[in-house]
Amino acid sequence: MRLNFTVNGRAETVDDVWEGESLLYVLRERAGLPGSKNACEQGECGSCTVYLDGVPVCACLVAAGQAEGREVRTVEGLADGDRLDPIQQAFVDAGAVQCGFCTPGLLVQAHDLIERVPRPSDPEIREALAGNLCRCTGYEKILDAVRLAAERKAGAR
Amino acid sequence: MAFLRPTTWPEALAAKAELPGAVPIQGGTDVMVEINFDVRRPEALLDLTRVAELARWSETGGRLRVGAGVPYSRVIGELGDRLPGLAQASRTVGSPQIRNRGTVGGNLGAASPAGDSHPPLLAGGAVIEVESAARGVRMIPAEEFYLGVKRSALEPDELIRAFHAEPATGPQYFSKVGTRNAMVIAVCSFALALHPAERRVGTGIGSAAPTPLRARAAEEFLAAELDWAAGLAPAGLAPGVLARFGELVSEAAAPIDDVRGTAGYRRHALAVMARRTLTWAWNDYRKAREQCA
Ligand SMILES: Cc1cc2nc3c(=O)[nH]c(=O)nc-3n(C[C@H](O)[C@H](O)[C@H](O)COP(=O)(O)OP(=O)(O)OC[C@H]3O[C@@H](n4cnc5c(N)ncnc54)[C@H](O)[C@@H]3O)c2cc1C
Ligand code: FES
Ligand code: FES
Repeated sequence: MRLNFTVNGRAETVDDVWEGESLLYVLRERAGLPGSKNACEQGECGSCTVYLDGVPVCACLVAAGQAEGREVRTVEGLADGDRLDPIQQAFVDAGAVQCGFCTPGLLVQAHDLIERVPRPSDPEIREALAGNLCRCTGYEKILDAVRLAAERKAGAR
Repeated sequence: MAFLRPTTWPEALAAKAELPGAVPIQGGTDVMVEINFDVRRPEALLDLTRVAELARWSETGGRLRVGAGVPYSRVIGELGDRLPGLAQASRTVGSPQIRNRGTVGGNLGAASPAGDSHPPLLAGGAVIEVESAARGVRMIPAEEFYLGVKRSALEPDELIRAFHAEPATGPQYFSKVGTRNAMVIAVCSFALALHPAERRVGTGIGSAAPTPLRARAAEEFLAAELDWAAGLAPAGLAPGVLARFGELVSEAAAPIDDVRGTAGYRRHALAVMARRTLTWAWNDYRKAREQCA
């Protein structure tokens, strides 16, 4: 089937989409957006997190056809040209990235958190990231990065 | 595989009637896992996310009607005051991403004995509204909805439209045992609702029998034992009442040994959760009474 949707502000049409395919597969294999990662395909790891109509979801659990006419924003759509989003810069600065596989999903999920809750408490950060697994960092630096991004964003407001 | 996208409820019912093998999909948090892992290759997917009314809820004449497509995150955000037991259960489902997509309607469709919405739906006396093009609407009390492991009263040509429930008139609690706080399928779970106006108690047990179920003997015992006394500050709970309630809840279950826990552990944990939720609920009830008195 043909799928029309908007991704990172750009209208996209992809053909020959299998009806049982996930949005994650479409993004990675058909739309040239391999930022969102595929690690579990069962909603457990969060590495495929994208915004669907402004709401963070696991792209691996969205049927491609459900994205018809909808707006998707992936990790590739966070930065403003060459300028990283504050959450991305904070991950770099805090050393919250090791192998990087979990990072795209964490960035989208953390981005959503500080958009909704500008000054999140530690329990709020932990709760928001409970569905994003990282096998490298031990999470401490990730928490640092989210705090840092929240501070910088709040400071800039 | 076909991908069907009805935009109205009658269209959805017509599609399901024409192709009973079509698998409805809402949040996809159960369906897509099965497709990704090749457990299921349905002839068609019936996407219900374009039927706008399924994602709405309303309150009329003191009853709530919640569309099958309202996701957990909105149950928590919008219905937490009216359906506190269900909202608590919803907070324990998966992760934020799963709660943004997953729905009570999908939980009912899957009818897993471990589904977290079932115990509070049972305790709150919810009624499930299902419909087919051929036979119209059927209103099925939650208790009659669950027939076996992942089997429900839903017929192949029917779809779940909504559930109906009364907004809470007393304290409601949900408790779940799992290996961590997030992303965990229940080892077992328990929901309690006090209905002071009718001096009635509602219960729901999850993940400790082939279906979610009520602990009827425990409900009747407790309703008779509680000091509901309107207008007066009710007494505390006698330890004997707590213990007996826990026992009766535990006896109502029919658990098995599996990878998540043993039958013995489940029975034990149910008694603990029953006592705990009752203590919380009764404290709330007494506090509310004291403020009125
Ligand atoms: C990582 C992860 C964690 C999870 N954690 C939990 C948890 O903690 N607790 C829990 O209870 N569940 C959990 N689940 C399971 C799942 O999220 C829930 O069962 C959820 O309620 C399903 O809702 P959905 O809208 O995504 O359903 P879908 O996947 O869209 O559908 C589920 C089933 O219902 C049927 N269906 C859907 N809508 C209708 C309708 N309107 N009429 C008739 N049939 C319908 C579908 O055909 C399918 O059989 C988890 C799943 C994942 C992937
Ligand atoms: S790949 Fe989607 S949650 Fe793991
Ligand atoms: S950095 Fe390797 S999984 Fe998180």
